[in-house]
Amino acid sequence: MSNLSRRRFLFGAVSAGAAAGALVVGWGVLPARQRLHASNPLPLTDGAVALNGWVAVAPDGSVTIAMPRCEMGQGVHTALPMLVAEEMDVPLASVRLVQAPLDAIFGNIAMLQDGLPFHPDDDGALQAGTRWIVGKVARELGIVITGGSSSVKDAWLPMREAGAAARAMLVTAAASQWRAQVADCRTGNGYVLHADGRKLAYGALAAAAATSQPGAVRLKSPQDFTLIGRAQPRRDTPSKVDGSAVFGIDVRLPGMAYAAVRMAPVIGGVVASVDSSAALQMPGVLRVVDFSGAIAHLAGAGAGVAVVARSWWQAKQAALALVITWRDGAHAGLSSEAVFAGFAASLDREAGYAYHQAGDMDIVEGKGSNVARTIGAEYRAPYLAHVAMEPINCTAQVNDGKVHLWAPTQAPGFAVKAAAQAAGVSPEAVTLEVTLLGGGFGRRLDVDMVAQAVAIARMMDGVPVQTIWSREDDTGHDVYRPAALARFSATLDGVGHVLGFDCKSASGSVSHQFFKRNLGLPAAGPDKTTAEGAFDMPYELPNQRIRHVIVDSAVPLGYWRSVGHSHNAFFKESFIDELAHAAGRDEVAFRRALLARHPRHLAVLDAAVARAGIAPEGRAHGVALHQSFGTIVAQVAQVSVEGSEIRVHRVVCAIDCGLAVNPNIIAQQAESGVVFGLSAALFGAVTIKDGKVEQSNFHDYPVVRLNQAPVVDTIIMASAAHPEGMGEPAVPPVAPAVANAVFKLTGKRLRSLPLTLSI
Amino acid sequence: MAQTLRVNGHEHVVDVEGSTPLLWVIRDVIGMTGTKFSCGIAQCGACTVHLDGNPVRSCVLPVSSVGNREVTTIEAIGATDSGKRIQDAWLAVDVVQCGYCQSGQIMSATALLKRTPNPTDADIDAAMSGNICRCATYVRIRAAIRQAATGKIVVTQAIPVAAIGGRK
Repeated sequence: MSNLSRRRFLFGAVSAGAAAGALVVGWGVLPARQRLHASNPLPLTDGAVALNGWVAVAPDGSVTIAMPRCEMGQGVHTALPMLVAEEMDVPLASVRLVQAPLDAIFGNIAMLQDGLPFHPDDDGALQAGTRWIVGKVARELGIVITGGSSSVKDAWLPMREAGAAARAMLVTAAASQWRAQVADCRTGNGYVLHADGRKLAYGALAAAAATSQPGAVRLKSPQDFTLIGRAQPRRDTPSKVDGSAVFGIDVRLPGMAYAAVRMAPVIGGVVASVDSSAALQMPGVLRVVDFSGAIAHLAGAGAGVAVVARSWWQAKQAALALVITWRDGAHAGLSSEAVFAGFAASLDREAGYAYHQAGDMDIVEGKGSNVARTIGAEYRAPYLAHVAMEPINCTAQVNDGKVHLWAPTQAPGFAVKAAAQAAGVSPEAVTLEVTLLGGGFGRRLDVDMVAQAVAIARMMDGVPVQTIWSREDDTGHDVYRPAALARFSATLDGVGHVLGFDCKSASGSVSHQFFKRNLGLPAAGPDKTTAEGAFDMPYELPNQRIRHVIVDSAVPLGYWRSVGHSHNAFFKESFIDELAHAAGRDEVAFRRALLARHPRHLAVLDAAVARAGIAPEGRAHGVALHQSFGTIVAQVAQVSVEGSEIRVHRVVCAIDCGLAVNPNIIAQQAESGVVFGLSAALFGAVTIKDGKVEQSNFHDYPVVRLNQAPVVDTIIMASAAHPEGMGEPAVPPVAPAVANAVFKLTGKRLRSLPLTLSI
Repeated sequence: MAQTLRVNGHEHVVDVEGSTPLLWVIRDVIGMTGTKFSCGIAQCGACTVHLDGNPVRSCVLPVSSVGNREVTTIEAIGATDSGKRIQDAWLAVDVVQCGYCQSGQIMSATALLKRTPNPTDADIDAAMSGNICRCATYVRIRAAIRQAATGKIVVTQAIPVAAIGGRK
């Protein structure tokens, strides 16, 4: 671990990684940036007693833990409790969750550190120092956010430490009651056990433990884990099979009303005039609200009109009856073609920012003396929508200068801030209940719908209002995965070695837009997400340069599951395949030769290839290897082509995500990521014409259905390394794996997404 | 226009426009939220309920066309034999992720199992391809339907449990 600041309070553990054995944590002097004690206590019921900022124990022995991350299908409501239960020695079933308050100890440090543009092989002082500074700043900011495949990675130490500290306090309390030595006590299944056979339940010890000192806190050695590393069923499955799970759209409050919206169809458009006379006559209608003024800074969702009614269907019908004149603004002529032409012009004109360069730039530019071949290629990827199954929604009540929110959000801190701004109150006047999310995929990192819902509810005299977007609203007013254009050029010598490798790509910047929208920060500087997946590749190419040109984007951009990796993996792994074929080499052998100093990558690649075996007659195997969010994934796609149809039958997915906390959910995320990526690979395209998004619903923005879904065969590599991300890393490799198989089958190199064959 | 609806064995008198889709009557008038809205045009299956045991997309079904037919939703499907077997298999295979589409998936799968007790892969494709899952739980949905039909545990994955600290 290079996280020096965390080591500062792991006294005695300066050189110990998580795998090296038990960590001893001293709590005698708590440093200012500790992550154990919050400034506000947990909201508790049933006589539960808090033992630190994360953990409380009730008299019945149940354990309540603060849950700082949202559950959107990725399994954190199961994985994070496992970390605490493991160290506390309590049954997983006895752990209950309470939403963590917005406190700095719950801030997501791993996610911010992962935003730094350092090459994974860079272990230099600048890298370590910058990570340390960002870790420090992240602690001060304390941004509570779920994204970047970071939840387990970030919680791995603090939540285990919280559980271990609580356990130590319970042991101290029991030893004191028995007048025994702490060393003669152990724990198991929610009890402190003495060597002589006496035992005390945690519930009976909680009150005394709260005033006990934890003394030396010892984290379990991985060999002693009984929960971590073993497949556990999800804890949220029962409520999701009987319809009782409450998503944002399922919030029901006494007297609540529903809002449907009409938003400017042209990007950047505004309301010129509204005739609401017909709408107001329709059944159930309560009010028509032009919400444009309150949240004008939110381009996509910020301009429009809502109808509030007794039911959403009534609101929707009346919204359709509004007669709205729009003023289209500067982007009425925008088209996808113009966007790509702009990218090409920028690549011609600008040098871009070099995210990574190594070796001799003359050779990179093709000036080597023993160049036998030069290979060039241009790749492109379109805008993509998130289309989470739960439509965009937020419930808000504005009453007496206070705002109450019920929202399926990945970013509670930003949601509170946006709500306060829209209602004209301070953030302290806002309360937020985070519901289950019916899919997030990055869309719910943005809080445009929260600001909009508050701007509507504040006109309703205290009536709670649930604002729901239709699927058409969602598809047409998303924050989209950026479109991108990439140019590669490489030179090979006479025996097929890569001499120089050059990549320059162009796209808009998600981070510029996101930080401007949510933090008011000016858009400037490099954005790691534009080049991730390209500049950080593991291949040992001695002379390489990876650059990117940020082109201002009128189209609203957002974080889309795997972000820059989602398209850069397609570009990079396809072009590497092109080089292998140009060199006359087998594509696996070619990659292996470039990974001599990357044993983990080699092992993952070998495992996937071995499991895949030989492709059946009439089908081909395509290979891709990609690291993202710390996790290395190799995929082998088994593909056939029938006419112009590309069919993917099976995908082997080998994963090295460090220590596998819950193999069941890791396998789920592999299955999920592969098919999510396949939807984009085969079908995904948002196109712009006359300033409008052309797609509207699943008929013109199709996704993979059950009959098109491949078998996903997952291999989880054994590892004792620090856990890495799992929500996203299975997404990026599937598009290039399929494209590389299509090339084998047809000889056609598909360089544009979605993958399309003409007969 | 007042109308009597039979939902999960109970009668509800609802006073709504006859053109209102059944989905919104179930969710906003009767107040049961297990049945989900997602596409609104019968493209995704999240709103699937049963009318006299047959699966229908409630987001496009005018409430006036329901008549005397019995409406069954996710909240009551566990009271039927095939519904119970499907839910049990969903738990055993641990199908769900975000879970939003799963009410509709389970309603479609239950109707399939009732009609075709031992479905082939083609039967499963035909019955389930109208239900979209963005988390892509498809692999496990197929396995859970097979398990519910046969009572046999279906191994969907050969997942080597990661060795911890070098242990196998």
